[in-house]
Order: sequence, then structure tokens, then C-alpha cells
Amino acid sequence: MKLKVKNVEFGYNSTLVLENISMELDRSEVVGIVGPNGAGKSTLIRCIDRILTPRGGSILLDGTDISKMTRMEIAKEMGYVPQTTTRVFPATVFDTVLMGRRPHLGWKSSDEDVDRVLKVLELLGIIEFAMRDFNEISGGQQQKVLIARALAQEADILLLDEPTSNLDIRHQLEVMDIIKSIARSKGISAIVAIHDLNLASRYTDRLLMLNGGRIFAVGDPESVLTVENIRRAYGVEALVKSDGERPYIIPVRPVKTR
Amino acid sequence: MEKKESRTVTANEIKEQYKKFIGRKIFFIFFFIALIVGITGVSTSLGSADISVWDAYSSILRKPFPNLFESELIFHWDDVPGSDNERLKQYLIDKYDIGWVESAEIIKSADGKISIKGVGENKVEITRNEWDKEKATLKISGDIDPGHRVNDFKAKKANGKLCIHESTWLADVCVWNLRLPRIFLGIIAGVGLGLAGAVMQAILRNPLASPYTLGISSGAGFGASLAILAGAGIVGGKYLIVGNAFVFALLVSFIILALSSRKGSTPETMILAGIAMMYLFGAMTTILQYFGEAEAVKEAVFWMVGDLNRASWPVVTIILGTLACCAPLLMMRSWDFNAMGAGDETAKSLGVNVEHTRIITMVVSTLLAATIVCFTGTIGFIGLVAPHMTRLAIGGDNRYVLPVSGLLGAVILISADLVARRIIAPVILPVGAVTAFMGAPLFLYLIMRRRREYW
Ligand SMILES: Nc1ncnc2c1ncn2[C@@H]1O[C@H](COP(=O)(O)OP(=O)(O)OP(=O)(O)O)[C@@H](O)[C@H]1O
Ligand SMILES: [Mg+2]
Repeated sequence: MKLKVKNVEFGYNSTLVLENISMELDRSEVVGIVGPNGAGKSTLIRCIDRILTPRGGSILLDGTDISKMTRMEIAKEMGYVPQTTTRVFPATVFDTVLMGRRPHLGWKSSDEDVDRVLKVLELLGIIEFAMRDFNEISGGQQQKVLIARALAQEADILLLDEPTSNLDIRHQLEVMDIIKSIARSKGISAIVAIHDLNLASRYTDRLLMLNGGRIFAVGDPESVLTVENIRRAYGVEALVKSDGERPYIIPVRPVKTR
Repeated sequence: MEKKESRTVTANEIKEQYKKFIGRKIFFIFFFIALIVGITGVSTSLGSADISVWDAYSSILRKPFPNLFESELIFHWDDVPGSDNERLKQYLIDKYDIGWVESAEIIKSADGKISIKGVGENKVEITRNEWDKEKATLKISGDIDPGHRVNDFKAKKANGKLCIHESTWLADVCVWNLRLPRIFLGIIAGVGLGLAGAVMQAILRNPLASPYTLGISSGAGFGASLAILAGAGIVGGKYLIVGNAFVFALLVSFIILALSSRKGSTPETMILAGIAMMYLFGAMTTILQYFGEAEAVKEAVFWMVGDLNRASWPVVTIILGTLACCAPLLMMRSWDFNAMGAGDETAKSLGVNVEHTRIITMVVSTLLAATIVCFTGTIGFIGLVAPHMTRLAIGGDNRYVLPVSGLLGAVILISADLVARRIIAPVILPVGAVTAFMGAPLFLYLIMRRRREYW
């Protein structure tokens, strides 16, 4: 077991945003987190990366409680792609991705680091923007840069918070393909918060459905993405079809509430 | 297939571009160092005493390297009369235009006095000083401009021979005691303020952050005013004003830190707290001045308009010492600052202890700024503007922004001081006002014609 989340609780203020969350992540596994807006997906990911400190429960990384690890040790193990970022001061795409090397760097960046950054940029097909300013590329391109930074970090676990929300359909597929294939080939695990249920169904091994800060359903995509679950969690009537392997979802209309 | 090939080419191209990009930043570092050296020379040479730029440099370098930068050798004492006769005569003809020595005879008397006698009153005498073995005196009488009758020489043993050199006493005293402390203060104060400003902007992720806008200068101004107007202070004696300014500058920043170390506060909290402090201490200074006596108020106002008039070697040493401690502590964290530029969350995920870094850095950079400001008064503009100009020139990578911003700060400050000293000499304008006066239009021009989206 690579990562174990046990009974985690968290609240930004007195009200709890996460209640009693437990989950596990295997080596090479891609786990998706789905759920409506405000369900607590981003919060859970931040707790796992210890950007936020949970109020209760524990998170074990290779059996070690991360509250006993330094930030730097955690950063070597887990890479994080935020949902949004804002930059005040200029930075080139190259320098932004080079930041991912930070946990491995001394004061000077070596040639090797530069080569790794170039390789990741090539992998994501954004090398042509390398010397452009981060603020001057499109939202989708920015999102790819942030993913590139996490990949450059060479961590064992990737935490991605809606990595495809700004991408066109081709790039959505490309990015999910990349995540899936490095998970398979390099034994990296990933937790992906994602809104697109069809993408989630196609690219994840297991799904965690959150609603109101609690785990609503957990399991393989087929067992989680049911008509009943979608209606109760999202308030949406949907058709669930299957291509034999994975379910795909056609949302029909919001459930009328009286 | 084809696409793939064109991509590998791009990777190499990008690598080249990146190297150039870094090269450009390093070029700026050396460029500014050269500029500082240049301005130092020019600035040292200008003033009431007439010193050439070359003399200024050799005076500066003579102290650390006494043998390499010695002034011209006139003659060897023991070779006159003898093989150095012609040398001495040529010198006298070139320098004093006394052609008659050409055919005159050189005699050395038993008590060690060299004399050359011409017709009538014409006479040259060179005597060694009885008390000061390092000195010799030239006396010329007869047909000569009265201003040139006496001159000092420097006597020095080298390779077992007593050498007589042109005296550099006047230039050395003028350069080392009067002009250099001021210029050095300008350089280190500029470096310190530029660096502190860059660091504060980086960790607070805000283009408005600077020692001035965070209230440090206002605190110092209030402390100094209190000392001047009320004669009251926490530190007593000779250092009353400076010490008081320092204490209040630190006080302000501790209030800001205390307010913003509460849970859930953002960098903006710090900026807003700083601006509030700036107004608060500004208002208290005004009230003090309102009730002060005219003379004291004038002095307080003079203190607050920053200048370099209070320069001296002890002051330079104190600030240099602080800078030497603080600068490495700040530069060491350049990567952390870069990470924090992408937001606190991202920085944390990259292994940076954000809260800790922010507090330590604020303390260190405040200490640096406060040490400078309590000796120079308010030189507000540099800390705000040097980092911006730097980023416009070389981009936002803090590993380079910090040193370049410091160097640029020094360039701005000493060139503004040069203007302040010379523009309506002998009146010296306050350099704090001159920096803003010269810098603001330049800064506006730069942000108007910037190519990229910036803020
Ligand atoms: N900084 C904050 N302070 C207070 N409450 C917050 C904060 N961030 C999020 N919340 C609240 O916590 C709950 C969970 O938010 P979270 O961002 O984890 O949701 P999410 O599932 O990621 O939603 P989305 O799909 O919109 O990204 C929400 O009710 C939200 O209002
Ligand atoms: Mg979210």
C-alpha cells in the first residue's frame, strides 16, 4: 500500500468540510475523486499533500505518518497540480517547470535538471512555449505547464486537482493518457480530482465519490457511476451506458426538486 | 515521423535559448558592477579639490596595494648627485618650468641637503624632514610663481634604496576621509535597500512591498523626530537619534509581523498592516513637529529627507557588517522565493515551509533596511523601484533578481548622489529627493513601454 488515508477530518473554520474520509492508493494505481462542487475534492487533495493540516485522522505514506515528515521529504514523494494558480511576477514556462526540481536542487540547477525539464516539456508537447511568459499563454497551456512541473518533480505520487478542466477534448485525452501510461510504466500512483465522469470512468482504476465532505461511494467505475448515485449526489438524471468495459454517462436533466 | 524530428531540434534550440537567457542575467551582474566602479571613480574625482579620475582610482587602490599604485618616482636620494641628476632636473623643468637648472650644478651638503644654485636668487633645495622619515620638502626660490615655492615629497625605502616620490597626501586625505565614505555608504545602502525591496516583494507577492511602504521608514522617521524634538529616546547619548530611529523601525515591523502571524492571514494582510503603520507613524511625526520648535523641526525634516551626509567609516562598517550577515541569508532562499511566487499552496507542495520562510525573511530584510534607514534617513524610492526595473530587464528568477536589484540600487543611489552633489554645487541636495526626482520619470517610462503583461 503506497498511501493510506485514515479517518481524516478537516474544517476551514468550525464546520467540518471533510468527515471521516478513508482511502487507499496502491502502486501504479490511478484513483479518481468525483463529486459536486464544494464536495471537498480539493480540500482532500490538499490534506493529503499536507498543504492543509487535518484536524483528525492520519495519512500514511509507505507506512510513515506524514505529520512526522518534513515538507521537503513529502515533496520528494508527492507532486501536486493545483486547480488554479495566479502569478504576480513574471516567470517563463521553463523556470516554472524547473521549480518542480526544487526538492532535488542545491542552489544551482545542473545540466541534468535542465535536460529533465526539456524532456517533460516535450512529453506534454509544450516545448515551443518554453521561453514564453507563463502569464501569456492560454489557460489550457498553463494547465499543461503545471502538470509538467509535477512530472518534473519525479515524485511517486501525483495529486492532480482537475488537471483537464481547461483542456480541449484532444488534450484532455492526451493528458489522461500520459498520466495513465506513466502510472503503468514507472509505477507512479495518481489521485485525480475530476468533473468529467466519462474521463473518470475511462482512465481511473478506482473512483471515490464525495458528497458534502463524506465518502458517498467508492469502488471501480462501474459500481460508482450508477444512475442512482448520480441522481443522489449530483441531483442529475442520467443515462448510464456501457461499451462492455466501462460505463459512459449521458446527463439528461437536473432532478426537479420541489 | 517528421514532426518528431522537428521537435528534437526545438529541444536543443530551447537549451541554447535558455543558456543565452542565463547569460544575459550574468551579463547584467557584471555590467552593474562595472558601472558602480565607474561611477565611484567619477564621483570621487568631483568636488572642491581638483583630483583627476585616474588619481582618484590610484588613491583608492594605493591603500590596499601600496606598492602597485605608487605615484611617480622622482629620483633616488643616494644617486643625487650622480646617475639620477638628469632625472631630477627633467622633473624640475617639466613641473616647474625652471629651465636654468639644466646647466646648474647639484650639490649635497654634509647634513643631507640637496641644493641646486643658479644665477642670482635662483635656488632649489630639497631637505629630508627631521621628524617624519617619510617626508621630504622641496623649496624653490627666485624667479617663480609664489604658489609653487614649496612642495612635499614622499620618501620611501624600496629594494634598499631611498626613493623620493611625488606626494599624494592631499589626494589621499581628500579621497579616503571625505569622499569615499560617502560613496561607499551610497553603494552599500543602495545594495541593501534594493535587496530588501526585492525580497519583500517576492515573499509578499506584491509589487507595492518595499521598506518604505511597510512602514519601516516612517517608524525610523518617528523615532528620530522624537529624539530630536523631545530629546527623549530609548537609546541615550551620542547615538540617540540613530538608535531611536532603529528601535522604532524594528518596532513597526514587529507590530506588522505580530498582526500577520495570526492564523489565516495572507501576504496582503502584511502589506495593509504596513501601510496602516506608515500612516500612523507619519501622523505621530506630524503631531510632534506641530508642537516642536522651529529649529528642531527643521532638523527633524532634514533628518527624514534621506541623504548621505552622515557618512563615516564606522557607519560604513556597521552597515557593511549587517549586509554581510543578511545578504547570504536572503540569497540562500532564492529558490524558496521562486516557489512562493507561484502561490503558497504550490510552494508548500514543493517542500517550502512557507510561514517560517516568510517570517525569517521579513525579520532579516527589515533588520537590513532599518540599519540603513537609521543612518541615511528616508530613501524610499530605491527599495520599491530597483526590483521592478530588474525584473523588467532580466525576468523574475529571484536567484538573479536579488543580486541585480541590489547592484542596481547601488547604481541608482550613487548616481543620484553624484547629481545631488554637483547640480547646484556647493549646495548638496538631499539624495532621497533626487532619487525619486530622477527615478520616477525613468520608472514611468519603463513601465509604459514594457512589452509584456507584468502585474
Ligand atoms: N479557504 C477556504 N475557507 C473556507 N472554506 C473553504 C475554503 N476553501 C473551500 N472551502 C469550503 O470547503 C468546501 C469544500 O471545498 P473544496 O474546494 O474542497 O470543494 P471541491 O470539491 O474541490 O469543489 P470544486 O468542484 O468546485 O472544485 C466548500 O464548501 C467550500 O466552500
Ligand atoms: Mg476543487
